[in-house]
Amino acid sequence: MQESQIDWTFLVMAAPFLAAFVAPLLKRLLGSGASWILAAAPAAMFVYFLGLIAPVASGSVIANGFAWAPSLQINFSYRLDGLSLLFALLVSGIGTFILIYAGAYLKGHAHQGRFFSFILLFMGAMQGLVLADDFMTLFVFWELTSITSFLLIGFDHTREAARRAALQALVITAGGGLCLLAGLLMMTGLVGVHSMTEAIALGSSFAENPYYLPVLILLLGGAFTKSAQFPFHSWLANAMEAPTPVSAYLHSATMVKAGVYLLLRVHPFMGETVPWMTILPLFGGATLLAGTLLALRQTDLKLILAYTTVASLGLLVMLTGTSNETAILGALVYLLAHSLFKGGLFMMAGSVDHEAGTRDLRELGGLGLKMPVTFLSGLVLAWAMGGLFVTLGFFAKEAMYEGLLHGEGTTPVTLGVAVVGNGLMFAAAFAVGLLPFIGKRPENLSGAHEGPIGLWIGPLVLACLSVAGIVFAAFTQEALIGPTLAAVAGARPHPDLSYAIHVNEAFAASCVTWAIGILALLALRPVRRGLAASLDAIGWGPDRGFDQLVNGLTNGSAAVTRFIQNGDLERYLSITFTVLALALIVPLVVFGEWPHVPETFALAPHEWAVMGLAAVGLVAVIVAENRLTAIVSLGIQGFAVALIYMLFGAPDLSFTQFMVETLSVVILALVMTRLSLMTADRRNYFQRAKDGTIALACGIGTAALLIAVTNQPFDSRLSDFFAEHSRTIAHGRNIVNVIIVDFRGLDTLGEIAVVMITGLAILALLRFPAPWRPTRAVEEEK
Amino acid sequence: MSTVIFRAIAPYLTALMVLFSVFVLLRGHNNPGGGFIGGLIAASAFAIYGIAYGVPPVRRALRFHPMGIAGFGLVVATLAGVPSLIGGKPFLTALWAYPKIFGMEVAISTATFFDIGVYLVVLGTITSVALSLEERER
Repeated sequence: MQESQIDWTFLVMAAPFLAAFVAPLLKRLLGSGASWILAAAPAAMFVYFLGLIAPVASGSVIANGFAWAPSLQINFSYRLDGLSLLFALLVSGIGTFILIYAGAYLKGHAHQGRFFSFILLFMGAMQGLVLADDFMTLFVFWELTSITSFLLIGFDHTREAARRAALQALVITAGGGLCLLAGLLMMTGLVGVHSMTEAIALGSSFAENPYYLPVLILLLGGAFTKSAQFPFHSWLANAMEAPTPVSAYLHSATMVKAGVYLLLRVHPFMGETVPWMTILPLFGGATLLAGTLLALRQTDLKLILAYTTVASLGLLVMLTGTSNETAILGALVYLLAHSLFKGGLFMMAGSVDHEAGTRDLRELGGLGLKMPVTFLSGLVLAWAMGGLFVTLGFFAKEAMYEGLLHGEGTTPVTLGVAVVGNGLMFAAAFAVGLLPFIGKRPENLSGAHEGPIGLWIGPLVLACLSVAGIVFAAFTQEALIGPTLAAVAGARPHPDLSYAIHVNEAFAASCVTWAIGILALLALRPVRRGLAASLDAIGWGPDRGFDQLVNGLTNGSAAVTRFIQNGDLERYLSITFTVLALALIVPLVVFGEWPHVPETFALAPHEWAVMGLAAVGLVAVIVAENRLTAIVSLGIQGFAVALIYMLFGAPDLSFTQFMVETLSVVILALVMTRLSLMTADRRNYFQRAKDGTIALACGIGTAALLIAVTNQPFDSRLSDFFAEHSRTIAHGRNIVNVIIVDFRGLDTLGEIAVVMITGLAILALLRFPAPWRPTRAVEEEK
Repeated sequence: MSTVIFRAIAPYLTALMVLFSVFVLLRGHNNPGGGFIGGLIAASAFAIYGIAYGVPPVRRALRFHPMGIAGFGLVVATLAGVPSLIGGKPFLTALWAYPKIFGMEVAISTATFFDIGVYLVVLGTITSVALSLEERER
């Protein structure tokens, strides 16, 4: 990638991050009204992307980038085609209303500024994800959405349920992210493709690549976890612990669609194969049915919506898995429609909760006259979700049925699953959008009234857009859906987008859908009871499974720790040094490299004297009566070694050795005073013989290795380089120090960081009062 | 350990050792010495003072928590690498300047600051470990 100019798109990509940076300050200055100013950031992004519709619709792909880590061939690059643009518009457009909504919804919350910051960070991550071209850019943003989602789900971090939900979401989505990383690395390393643009250029030829199947499975691991496909769906329902703006934005309109986005993105080069058309419809269909059934079981408005989101994502995956142009057209329209109606319904449910104080369906009713605007938006949004006419949802359903009826790559089973799933979603839609507003109003809800403008503007606008999207069908098709379909399936849509009703087989399927939906809605209570009873009878689900997995991991690691670290220091040391001795001696013997030991040592008398000093120190260690003497004697040996360094021309090393020995003696003596060791060595002869053998083996092994190494011809290239250049390049005569601070400065930086971290760890250990059983026993005796 | 002779000598010994450690630190680029060894000398100086007079006087004399000193050293060492980054060279490339101070040419380098960072990290870490061990709160 050639060096390129920073353009507006990069600035737009950076905008949410900058806004996130100033958000807490603005909140402090302006209170919750800061949301209106902060919303200007996504609004401006939205307007910018609107301006790009014309060039993208005419078929051009806007791309740019710069080298990020050239040595690893990683770039920071974006690619704006129809698919990216549709998502970018959704992220920024819905994000605008979410920010305004959050201003009103979390008014007076102690950490509202932090919330703004988190949600803007998420916005930036999501936008980067849908624009990214380079694989590593994509991955970074992908994981960033997982992390910001973690922060947002755990926003009420004082509640245990929120913390658990956040952790679960992080484990599942980031785990999937690692799968994705592995897949992308296979693409770069084995296939030699570094970006979406290059991959799309491969086209369908990639399907013959031997790495196609592993890459596909790894990418699906990422997409399915992110888009909450069965059996990874449990995190999405638990994510409802987050404040409602988060549920509306991340867990319905944007983040959970990242998986679907990835599938659509890779469809041009990975789709239309047997594995693709088998795995995707299978998982998608299972998710669709499981999601709708779980939704009808719930009574909490947000949970109903969460499970219908799971179902919708399943539907999208299933449709993408058919690789059938008409069905994919249906999927794309559904995706757009879903973002609008589900985001709106979530906000509406939050408004009801905010004003009525509950979001339990059994305690709600008759709010229609009290909250007319919310009711109206809820009704329209449910209308759109139910796929009734003059909404985007209607066309989406017609198109997907058309595709499933007549297109390729489908079976009657797929159609049946889609009809049943859509029918049950119809019931769930009206359960949320209609039931709280009609019927008898419970006594305790008489105080409920319409919320402030911030609470109802979002649902209202999204409701209007759900209808406007189909009223202005020509625009929607030319500007949004057409270019997206071209990017995904490489073709223009076959049935034109319109609000007209064609009485055909697809319409008949729609009628069946509605019939199922109305029946399920009328029989909601018995259906709910039946589902609850049967699910209780099963008594196990992926959510429970997650807990079992986590508990199993912690219990398993605890068992392993207990087995390996049984607390006996002597045993640790014996094992460590035995392994060391074996590692030193065995290879030398096996490979016949045992060195030839010189028979005579040509040493000067003073050198013999220093050697003798070292030997005296060692003997003193062994025969010492108490431990303190032994430590000091060990110091004698260390000083003798330092002297040897000095004699052989390594003053720096010797200097350091002197200091290290001094400090070792001091610190060892101090440690001794803290440990309740016996003052003298009380081992019996057998133990002494065993330990002595290990020690001798280690010593002989080290000596043999050193002799073997020094017998090798010395490669002086490095020494020559440093000797030659330390004066000229680094302006220092002390080669050792020049290497430390200049030539290999980064190593030193890492080392001093390690020194400090080790120090911190030691401090933590010292501060921690260990349970000291003998003392307690003594005290109890007293 | 708190004999009269030891207690009488300890302050002078400590002062001398700290002074020497700075000397060793600064001469390191051309002669044996450097930040690591200098830090070790300073750490043993404080350890000696602590053995003679107990830990609280050492903590008072240091003013900052030794781990704070170590952290500061790590920051200094990291920042020493930044100027070269601004100059478009790889991180931690040593830059040199030769200003005249009192008519004498003094060589100043970012590597010197890096070495000072090393000195502070070693000093701070070893001192905090040694002092915690000397404190006999149980």
